Amino acid sequence: MKFLLLQNYQGGIGCDVPMSDWAPQDIKAHIDFQHTVNKELLDKGELVDAQGLAGPELAKFVTFDGVGSPVVTDGPFAEAKELLAGYRMVDVESAARAVEIAARVSAAPGPNGVPIQQPIEVRQVMSAPSIDL
Amino acid sequence: MTEPPIEDLLRELAPQVLGAVVRRFGDFDAAEDAVQEALLAAAQHWPDDGVPVAPRGWLIQTAERRMIDQLRSEHARRRREDVAVLREPSAARVTDQDDTLALLFLCCHPALTQASAIALTLRAVGGLTTAEIANAFLVPEATMAQRISRAKQRIKSSGVPFGMPAADERSARVRSVLRVLYLVFNEGYTSSAGHHLHRTELSGEAIRLARLAHRVLPADGEVTGLLALMLLTDARLPARTTADGELIPLAEQDRTRWDHDLIAEGNDLILGAVAGGAVGEYQLQAAIAAVHDDAPRVDDTDWPQILGLYGLLERMTGNPMVSLNRAIAAAMVSGPQAGLTLLDALDERLAGHYRLDAVRAHLLEMAGDTATALRHYRAAASRTTSIPERNYLTTKAARLRTQP
Repeated sequence: MKFLLLQNYQGGIGCDVPMSDWAPQDIKAHIDFQHTVNKELLDKGELVDAQGLAGPELAKFVTFDGVGSPVVTDGPFAEAKELLAGYRMVDVESAARAVEIAARVSAAPGPNGVPIQQPIEVRQVMSAPSIDL
Repeated sequence: MTEPPIEDLLRELAPQVLGAVVRRFGDFDAAEDAVQEALLAAAQHWPDDGVPVAPRGWLIQTAERRMIDQLRSEHARRRREDVAVLREPSAARVTDQDDTLALLFLCCHPALTQASAIALTLRAVGGLTTAEIANAFLVPEATMAQRISRAKQRIKSSGVPFGMPAADERSARVRSVLRVLYLVFNEGYTSSAGHHLHRTELSGEAIRLARLAHRVLPADGEVTGLLALMLLTDARLPARTTADGELIPLAEQDRTRWDHDLIAEGNDLILGAVAGGAVGEYQLQAAIAAVHDDAPRVDDTDWPQILGLYGLLERMTGNPMVSLNRAIAAAMVSGPQAGLTLLDALDERLAGHYRLDAVRAHLLEMAGDTATALRHYRAAASRTTSIPERNYLTTKAARLRTQP
């Protein structure tokens, strides 16, 4: 079963400070943690993909009515914190395992090593119908 | 599995074999597929059966058999009489070197988009499989197969002949080849930090292809310049990232970890090329890299010379990114204010580019204006599209903030 674990720019309950205001060693610990999680998922054969997205400053919204020119809206956006910041796609045995991974990611260390408790959106990727359908 | 020596041999022979088959049958698209199949067959059989006495002849023969099979089946299917017209081997003496060069020109043809030229060059000249190329560029194999197939169609429909371009076109066509090889190198080198370590193989492949280009165009100073630039840059790779894949800037690298054999080779090449006159863009970049690599400690860097070289490069290219680097050199020669003044002239042309913010932050930090430097480091971090760079810039901002 494949799941997307999505994170946006909302800080968790444990931390609402932008990362450039953290102490350098806390930034390092956080980055190391992300590498470690990816390495673990890779070693377990569960990692499909992990990507970070460029910041909201570079985001655009595009709408088009099919005639004339598309409307392209640049930032800054009031709701920038709700934009996607990055994702991991994992291929796991059960929904419970996906939740377990999300929990580990949510507890990523923030300032002074306190878990940031960032909300992780867990979404199952739709697949082929089951054989007996 | 294939032992590396066999793989190396196959990759070296790939363009020669393809050149010979294209020359005989004329159909680049089909010939390229046939050669890939021959390479695959060799990779499967040679490790067990041993390498044939004449490996090149074996590959050509195998590829030609596939071509003939394919032409026959097409012939039967379409009942067309005019398909399988074999060309007699040309009476003129054609060397492998000519073939390799003609292939490079064809695969890097300006009619192709850069992404397709890169993919086609890696496959047809580099002998990489579609799966390997897809893996290196992190796209699905089916996508890469389609990109390559469309590139071949484009070549077919544009009617570009396999052979040497006309004399008046030649230098532009060489530039296209160099551009493609440079992009392959950069793709590998700049992504060598972070999770995608396997992509460094791309810079190795670019160097191999640049060596090939240098072998077939030894008198072209820009080809030599590009090869030298790659070697002098690649030499720093071992010192460029921490064990966890984080970026280490040039000024903070442990220079004892640089590859001094590569530096020596790059130095020899660039000295020879510059002595030949008519200095071009890649030679200047290589010369700058050589000055950096010559300094055992960062404080030994000959900044006045680098400043002069960037000045030449700026006049030659008009590229604002070059101006940005010249501003850094100016700051190192005459102090941060000199660099900051040069940056002001770039505000319009590089508006919103994270590199402008990053360089300005660096020079402001040198000038002791911590508060403004911090603001620009943060702006740069929020606009970069590279994770290792974002990590680096965020950490710089954090360090500056916590400084007493």
